Amino acid sequence: MSVLVEAKELKKYFETKSGTLHAVDGITCSIEEGKTLGVVGESGCGKSTLGRTVLHLLESTGGQLFFQGKDVTRLDRHGLRELRSKAQMIFQDPYSSLNPRMTVSQLIAEPLKIEGKLSKKEINEKVLELMDTVGLAERLYNTFPHELDGGRRQRIGVAKALAVNPQFIVCDEPVSALDVSIQAQILNLLKDLQEKRNLTYMFITHDLSVVKYISHDIMVMYLGQMVEKGPAKEIFQQTIHPYTKALFSALPQPSIHNRQERIILKGELSSPINPKPGCRFAKRCIYAQEACFVDTPELVEYSPNHMVACHRAREING
Amino acid sequence: MEQDKLLEIEDLSIYYITEDAGTCQAVNHVSLSLGKGETLGLVGETGAGKTTIAKGIMRLVMEPPGKYVSGSIRFHGEDLLKKSVREMQKIRGAKISMIFQDPMTALNPTDTVGAQIAEVLYYQKNLSKAEARKRAEEMMEMVGIQKNRYDEYPHQFSGGMKQRIVIAIALACNPELLIADEPTTALDVTIQAQVLDMMRNLKKELGTAMLLITHDLGVVAEMCEKVAIVYAGEIVELGRVEHIYDETAHPYTIGLFGSLPSMAGTEERLKPVGGMMPDPSHLPPGCKFAPRCPRKTPACEQQEIPLSEIAPGHLVRCIHVGEE
Amino acid sequence: MAEEKNRQVSSAVRAEDVMRKYKKQSRLGMIWRQYRKNALSMFSLALILILAAMALGADWIAPYGATEQNISDRFMGPCAAHLFGTDGLGRDIFSRVVYGARVSMIVGFISTGVSAFFGIILGSIAGFCGGWIDNVIMRVLDVFMAIPNMLMAMVLSATLGTGMINCMLAVGITGIPNMARVARASVMTQRNQEYIESARSNNAGNGRIIFRYVLPNALSPIFVAVASGIANAITVAASLSFIGLGIQPPNPEWGAMLSAGREYIMEYPWLCIFPGIAILITVFSLNNIGDGLRDALDPRLKN
Repeated sequence: MSVLVEAKELKKYFETKSGTLHAVDGITCSIEEGKTLGVVGESGCGKSTLGRTVLHLLESTGGQLFFQGKDVTRLDRHGLRELRSKAQMIFQDPYSSLNPRMTVSQLIAEPLKIEGKLSKKEINEKVLELMDTVGLAERLYNTFPHELDGGRRQRIGVAKALAVNPQFIVCDEPVSALDVSIQAQILNLLKDLQEKRNLTYMFITHDLSVVKYISHDIMVMYLGQMVEKGPAKEIFQQTIHPYTKALFSALPQPSIHNRQERIILKGELSSPINPKPGCRFAKRCIYAQEACFVDTPELVEYSPNHMVACHRAREING
Repeated sequence: MEQDKLLEIEDLSIYYITEDAGTCQAVNHVSLSLGKGETLGLVGETGAGKTTIAKGIMRLVMEPPGKYVSGSIRFHGEDLLKKSVREMQKIRGAKISMIFQDPMTALNPTDTVGAQIAEVLYYQKNLSKAEARKRAEEMMEMVGIQKNRYDEYPHQFSGGMKQRIVIAIALACNPELLIADEPTTALDVTIQAQVLDMMRNLKKELGTAMLLITHDLGVVAEMCEKVAIVYAGEIVELGRVEHIYDETAHPYTIGLFGSLPSMAGTEERLKPVGGMMPDPSHLPPGCKFAPRCPRKTPACEQQEIPLSEIAPGHLVRCIHVGEE
Repeated sequence: MAEEKNRQVSSAVRAEDVMRKYKKQSRLGMIWRQYRKNALSMFSLALILILAAMALGADWIAPYGATEQNISDRFMGPCAAHLFGTDGLGRDIFSRVVYGARVSMIVGFISTGVSAFFGIILGSIAGFCGGWIDNVIMRVLDVFMAIPNMLMAMVLSATLGTGMINCMLAVGITGIPNMARVARASVMTQRNQEYIESARSNNAGNGRIIFRYVLPNALSPIFVAVASGIANAITVAASLSFIGLGIQPPNPEWGAMLSAGREYIMEYPWLCIFPGIAILITVFSLNNIGDGLRDALDPRLKN
């Protein structure tokens, strides 16, 4: 297994009126070929910014980015073109991410037209093939996205992303706008595609049950930083970081048996503008001590491949 | 037993009639009842008619294009559909109140949050300004917001806080029935946990009955005693939570559970129902779910399927229940 | 090998089939079908077409020449020989209204063309680039906006001199700021849409983004502004002529005709009524067409 995408100390800051917003603040992670990294966090934790920075839709402020071992931190026009034919994105909102003036076939053909490698006829063949792949009926060839329901629109989004035969796809909350039964259909589709085409995903979501279903590894973000990362199975068996614990316990279970004890967090997410040193979660953490407000916790290996950024990880899980 | 019933909906049908799109059968022959202090979860997907049922109870369905086609909604035994507009205004907010999904738009941005809570008390309970303020402050503390934030504006609060204020407004007059339409859908999980926890405690304290509309079976499991599963404007399964979660009977409900990736299980594939909900202006004959149903037989499409009781209090709209 | 080849051939055949079967409906066809549903807009379009036909065929339609005088027939009321009557020089008002349509149409279209051309370019640049470029362009245009339209047109045509071309220029320049504002707002809302980002993720260049994504979506409000701009231009041009700054007599411009007739409005009201009605109908129709276009151009409003 080779590593396909790797980020080292990746940073993305935005300048705002009230200060520097640390949207992504030193993320280090890698994704192996054919695997899925689930990125979990609440709104405002910087997970969408991370996905966009990895794809160069946003220029990173600092750190390094590697794709197939090659440094792609800074890219010229040619390099960007090359990256875009290997790395694609599926957007959250299938309502606003499709040009309302284009028909289904035009939308799917668009990336191929931009790539400019195929003839018009070949593009059309490919479009039909893609429509089959994602389960869009041929009769939808000339319909506009606004005539379709959310599930079908998201299928267009998937087909668009697949068009250039990418190896890597960033899925930014691809199912959170959909109803559960449609959501399950799209999740199954993404999983099948991964198997068939050996795709690598970065799957960004706030929904833990979805992430469990689709990911091999999971990374939990809080205010721009990674607080915990590890193999999905392990994290779901034992959460180490207090935030991850709270997050996992907060998820309502569709079952009336074996209720787990719920950790209710105090307060809400503060904004990551000009963050002070110390653990960013300390203010809401029930285990916080003096040191937590002063020293920024380092990411350490708690058990093999399982990384945690918490001063008291060993104590509280002791 | 009968006098315990707070709300009884019987055979309620609401259509939207427009010239262009024809008749949209949003709610079809819905019957359900709610006792004092009970919580009923109304579960279904987008377009199932959940919100129309809720608005229907509040008499907030715009007429036209909406039309109450049949049925009755009895609140304390009196039919709300026969009330005048005046009488309804007295009931809304005071005896039945509603929380909407989006806390961002439910509050008036140009008025302080305290004043917005006090306003309801002032109009509905005829309290003096000072009394209203005092009671509003109490409400704020009850939903976990310090009362010194009384004079702040909605934009100074976060999403979770705003939803707390919306809840405070809804509960200010101590209503007997609270209709909550996806109250936590717009919130993050940890904030959702806070709000749900608070709602549960308040319900216990005040004894308010609640109709909780949601698509999230997890939220229902935590909050409700009874559940109604809505599909294409009809109730397809109705029962106590134990019935719905442990003895799931209707193929659609089974499909809903099959769509959920569970946190405990290690399933390799989800088993959702295929296809989509039918267009409510072109409903199929017979069982509305038949076109997507794995158990479909010709009989399903030939007749209207009645709700049948398969266990005391557990009703299912399917003729193949119990078959293997 | 052979099988693979067969499969390829069959998929190519199918692709062609599908292409033929779902031959793209022309966009114009779709807009037209949508536009047709609005009765008032259709009626207005018919009126404008009649006016346009009058303008084009004036030489055949008008029974007399536009400046042809017949002193013996001065101030005749509407009658069989002179449908709309005659003016103080014995010119046939019907003929002058017909020829006037030509002048008004030309003035309306060309001056709106001027304001649309510059306005859309400036507005799009401001909206697409943002930042200081936007600031500079918009602040300059704000200064122009601060001067009332009519006053501006008067100043311009007083400086440029009278005559048809100068009148069109004056009216055209006056319309630029408004057009630019509409274009800017429209382009700006498009610029922040997620599908622009989606196009970027496909490596679409700036040109493609502007022409395939931003403009097609930004055009509907601009079209509407153009349609009502024509109406506005005709009114401003008529007003200019009315106060003697625009098109000069004996040219048959509606505004100029109104102006010439105002002395006799009590005794011979038809001198003013008919050109007035012509202006009214034109402006009313163009505005309705603008509204109809707005609805027809938005694919989301269908069904």
